[in-house]
Amino acid sequence: MDVRLSPEQVALRDSAAQVAGRLGLHAVADLDDTERAAKLDAAVSASGWRELRAESDDGGPWASAVEVAVVAEELGRGLADTPFLGPTMAADLRRLAGLAPATAAETVLLTSGLGDIAEAVVGVVPADGVAVDARGAATALILVNDTGRRRLGEVALGADAAGVDLTRPASQPGSVRTATLFETGTPLDDEALTRWRSLGLAVACADLVGVMRGALNLAADYARERKQYGVPIGSFQAVQHLLADALVLMEGSRSIALHAAWAVDAVSSREALAAAAAAKAYCARAARSVCETVIQVHGGIGNTWECLAHVFLRRALLSSDVFGGVGVNLERVLVAHGVGGTDGLR
Amino acid sequence: MDFGDSPDEGAFRLRLREWLAANNPGLPPSSTADEYWAGQAAWHQTLYDAGFFGLSWPVEAGGHGLPSVYEVILDEELIAAGAPPRPSVGYLVQGLLEHGNADVRQRFLPGLVSGRDRWCQGFSEPDAGSDLASLRTRAVREGSEYVITGHKVWTSYSDQADWCLVLARTDPDAPKHRGISAFVVPMRQAAIEQRPLTMINGITREFGEVIFDGARVDAANMIGEPGEGWRLAMTIVSHEREPGELGYVGRYGKLVKELAQIVRGRPADFGAEQRRDLAWAMVEAEMLRCHVSRRLSDRLDGITHGPEGSVDKLLMTWTEQSVGHAALAIGGIAPAAVQDDTWLRVYLYSRAQSVMGGTSQIQRNLIAGRILEMPTA
Repeated sequence: MDVRLSPEQVALRDSAAQVAGRLGLHAVADLDDTERAAKLDAAVSASGWRELRAESDDGGPWASAVEVAVVAEELGRGLADTPFLGPTMAADLRRLAGLAPATAAETVLLTSGLGDIAEAVVGVVPADGVAVDARGAATALILVNDTGRRRLGEVALGADAAGVDLTRPASQPGSVRTATLFETGTPLDDEALTRWRSLGLAVACADLVGVMRGALNLAADYARERKQYGVPIGSFQAVQHLLADALVLMEGSRSIALHAAWAVDAVSSREALAAAAAAKAYCARAARSVCETVIQVHGGIGNTWECLAHVFLRRALLSSDVFGGVGVNLERVLVAHGVGGTDGLR
Repeated sequence: MDFGDSPDEGAFRLRLREWLAANNPGLPPSSTADEYWAGQAAWHQTLYDAGFFGLSWPVEAGGHGLPSVYEVILDEELIAAGAPPRPSVGYLVQGLLEHGNADVRQRFLPGLVSGRDRWCQGFSEPDAGSDLASLRTRAVREGSEYVITGHKVWTSYSDQADWCLVLARTDPDAPKHRGISAFVVPMRQAAIEQRPLTMINGITREFGEVIFDGARVDAANMIGEPGEGWRLAMTIVSHEREPGELGYVGRYGKLVKELAQIVRGRPADFGAEQRRDLAWAMVEAEMLRCHVSRRLSDRLDGITHGPEGSVDKLLMTWTEQSVGHAALAIGGIAPAAVQDDTWLRVYLYSRAQSVMGGTSQIQRNLIAGRILEMPTA
């Protein structure tokens, strides 16, 4: 056991931190800076980070979920408004189904509650499916029930439907809600889908850890500068204790999220999902608490659109719900310990 | 980055698992009954004699000189076997290793690590709690000895102890942090009076007051130099905040496992709210296991301790209190005559975790000042 990042993983982290730090959001107004957004998108495209889970020469992914998590954390921290979760999950699905990598930007279509991948019934895509992290994607992958076997198909997406997260707009199926089944490829079994879900949970957890780090830095900087009663508000114990609790939640999240990322490729699919579920429940609860603290420390300013605090919170809310939020994942934890329902760990 | 076992670690794990299958003493949950402390010393010695305690401490201290991460493997296997947690003496060991001279280390560490000698820690006083440096116990030199007079409180396991690590003021004229020295005081002497304290969960053998009324200690039992007591105390309390040093991953994992067994055995008796409390305890315990793995991995290049111990202390506290809430939810509050009240005792004991070893408020102050670099008032 040695859970320190390898030198290569540290280099990857530094390079992702550098891109997200330079080209991510530093103010809410940056959301409208299309030149910056295009540069960020170009940098991430050129990096190959979205293809880490695509099929490599040996049939497995190019990189483990740990590398994906390392990148996701930095993109979350820097509020990078460019797709990563969506295309990463799509690339992993294609690999699992034995399909060639996508030739254009794509994402995955989730159920309306974002808890799992959407499934077409008799070829018809559910109208309330949500394509997450869909900026620039014309299509989304979906499961198609093909005489009892689950295979991959795709659906054309309509215009961006915004959504809670200002950095990662969602989309919905377009007017033609017919899934196009891929001619080639193999059906996806429970084992493959379980592992895929654990990847999704682990990437979302890493994003949440990054969001917590970024948000906490914002609040700590503010507490050092903002003066009331003639002194920085960060000198007040009441403010200090709010921030200290937020830091502790972030560190605990980091530890359990790291384990979930490792587990995706290292243990049985069942154990991987159990690890990911525990991490997601912890990180989702922590992230909401941390982001709410960050708004509180900013006072009135924190409740205005111009303060980045709500952009962090909004990003956290999306990552908290993809592949299931607190409740679903606590249930998975119970099932994994043999005290849950009867229909098994899913 | 690998949470998995190396071949050596895997072989060690199997050997340990085999041994535990035959040597689990089956004690009740820790700190819930006086019988626990009656049986804990034997457990310490058995674990040590089998070669499974002091894994990451130096060989000359009675340890095994293994990489720090072996401690997590021990915790995990203790949980899997339903065995008691490993003894929590690591913070004393680290304090002696860092501040004791060769003579002190040689005389005291083997007995401490093997469990042959029982130790307690005389730090807090009635008027020196969070403000430990204001302590008033005095040590006055008389020939080759020091004479100790003062009143210590919250002294864990004092009634069983052979030795007490006492902080006492040796220079009343020095600034309050500088005039303190540390001594290893023999507890079996007439000038020491024991007054056990009953905890809120009813146990009487864990906490006590200790009155030193002219107790004598050999000057050679001073740890470090005169005036080094405060630095030693800070070394010790920083390690006392580390779940990896205390072995509490094993403690919480065992409790969670036993609570899950209760729910599995009587599923109809427990509703959604109780199961949710249990699920959170499972998640917190898992978080702490991962966190300790991370911290002990960071130590593979050598021991460090700093303000991050306060982060670990709060994570450990939240975990214990989450386990406590699950224990309350599942164990219930029925009178002992109706139902086993062990779990109520686990819950009540959990409230002490946010006080012992430095209150949660103090940890937050340390995090704000030393990690977040908040300005001082």
